[in-house]
Amino acid sequence: MSLLRELWRSLRSGLETLGEMMLFLGRMLAYTPASLRRFGLIVHQVYNTGALSLVIIMLCGLFVGMVLGLQGFDVLQRFGSEESLGTMTALSLLKELGPVVTALLFSGRAGTALASEIGLMQATDQLAAMRMMAVDPIRRVCVPRFVGGIIAMPLLAAIFSGIGIYGAQLVGVQMMGVDSGQFWSQMRASVETRDVMEGVIKSCVFGVACSLIAVYEGYNAIPTAEGVGRATTRTVVISAVVTLVLDYMLTAALR
Amino acid sequence: MRQTRAIEFSTGLFALLGFAALFFLLTQITNRDIRFGETGYQLLAKFENIGSLKVGAPVSMAGVTIGRVEKIEYDNTEYKAAVTLRIEPGYNRIPDDSDAAIFTAGLLGGQYIGIGPGGSETYFKDKDQIHLTQSAIVLENLISKFLFSLAGKDKDKDQNQDAQGAEAKTQ
Repeated sequence: MSLLRELWRSLRSGLETLGEMMLFLGRMLAYTPASLRRFGLIVHQVYNTGALSLVIIMLCGLFVGMVLGLQGFDVLQRFGSEESLGTMTALSLLKELGPVVTALLFSGRAGTALASEIGLMQATDQLAAMRMMAVDPIRRVCVPRFVGGIIAMPLLAAIFSGIGIYGAQLVGVQMMGVDSGQFWSQMRASVETRDVMEGVIKSCVFGVACSLIAVYEGYNAIPTAEGVGRATTRTVVISAVVTLVLDYMLTAALR
Repeated sequence: MRQTRAIEFSTGLFALLGFAALFFLLTQITNRDIRFGETGYQLLAKFENIGSLKVGAPVSMAGVTIGRVEKIEYDNTEYKAAVTLRIEPGYNRIPDDSDAAIFTAGLLGGQYIGIGPGGSETYFKDKDQIHLTQSAIVLENLISKFLFSLAGKDKDKDQNQDAQGAEAKTQ
C-alpha cells in the first residue's frame, strides 16, 4: 500500500515538474518577441552557448566521423560495397548522429553552464535584486539564454555533421583507399535535401528542449551550493533522456 | 568596449561557420544543383516501361553525363511514360535519329538513360522528341521470357521426337 502511495507521489511530482516546465516555456515564448529587440543580450548568449562550444563540437565531430569511416569501411567491405561509405556516413551523420551527439555535448558544455549560472544568481539573490528593481528576471536573464541556445544548436549540429563527413573522408579515402570520386558522387546521388532538413528540424527541436531544461533547472534551483550542484546534474540527465526520446519520436514522424 | 567587440566578432565567426556548414551540406552533399535559370535544352522520350527511373537520374552518352531527367509523366493517349530530359547546353550535336535506352548502373545501382548517337546530319533542337526508345529491362519479364522459351523448346523437342518415331514406324 505504501509502495503504491510512493509511486503515486513520484508520478505526481513528475507530472507537476512537466507542467511547471511547460508553463515556464509559455512565459518565455510570450517574452521572446520583446527580447528580440534587445539583440545584444542574445548575441552575448549565442557567444556563450555556441561560440564557446565550437572547439569541443568540431573535435568530437571529427572523431565521430573518423570512427564512422573506419567502422563503415569494415562493414561495407564484407559486402564488397566500400563505395557506399560516403552515403552511409553522410546519412547517419546528417539524420542521426549530428543532431543527437551535438545535443548531448551541448547539454554537457552549455546547458550545465546556463543552469549553474542562473542557479548561482538565484543563490546569491541577484534575481531577487532584479525583482526589487522591477526587472523581470525571466525576461532579462532566462529568455536571452533560451533564445541564444535555440539559435546556436542547429548551427553547431551543421558544423558537427560537416566536419564529421570530412573526418570520414579522411579515414575512408586517404587511409583506406576508397575511390574519392565514388565516395562523393554516391553520397551526392543518394542524399536529398529532405535528409539535411530532417537534421536541421531535429536540432532545432533539441535546441528548444535542452535550453528550456537548462534554464528551468537553473531558475528553480534550491538556492544553496548543493541545490545548484543538483540542478546542474539534473540538467544533463534530463536533457540526455529527453533528447533520445524526442529523437525517436521525431524520426518516426519525419520518416 | 574592447571585450564586447571580441564577443561580437567571435559570435559572428561562429554564425558564419555554422551557415557555411549548412550551405556545404545543402549544396555539396545533396545532388541538388543551385541553378540560376534553366540552361540547356529539353528533349522528350516516350518509353513503354521506365522501371524505377527517377527524376534527377543522369542522361549519358558514351558513359559521360550530359544531362538529367527533369520530369516523368504518364501519357494517357499512347499509354507510355513521357520522360523529359534536360541536356546541358554544351552537348548540342546529338543526331536527330539517336536512340535512348534505360540502363541499370551495376547490379543494384540506380537506373539512367543512355543515348546512342545515330548517323543523321541534323541535330536535336529544343523540345524535340527521341523516337527510337528502348524500355527498361524488367527482371521479372526477362525471367518469364526465358522460362517460356525453355518450355517452348521442350515442346518442339517432343514434337520432333514424335514425328521421328512416326517416320520410323512407317518405314
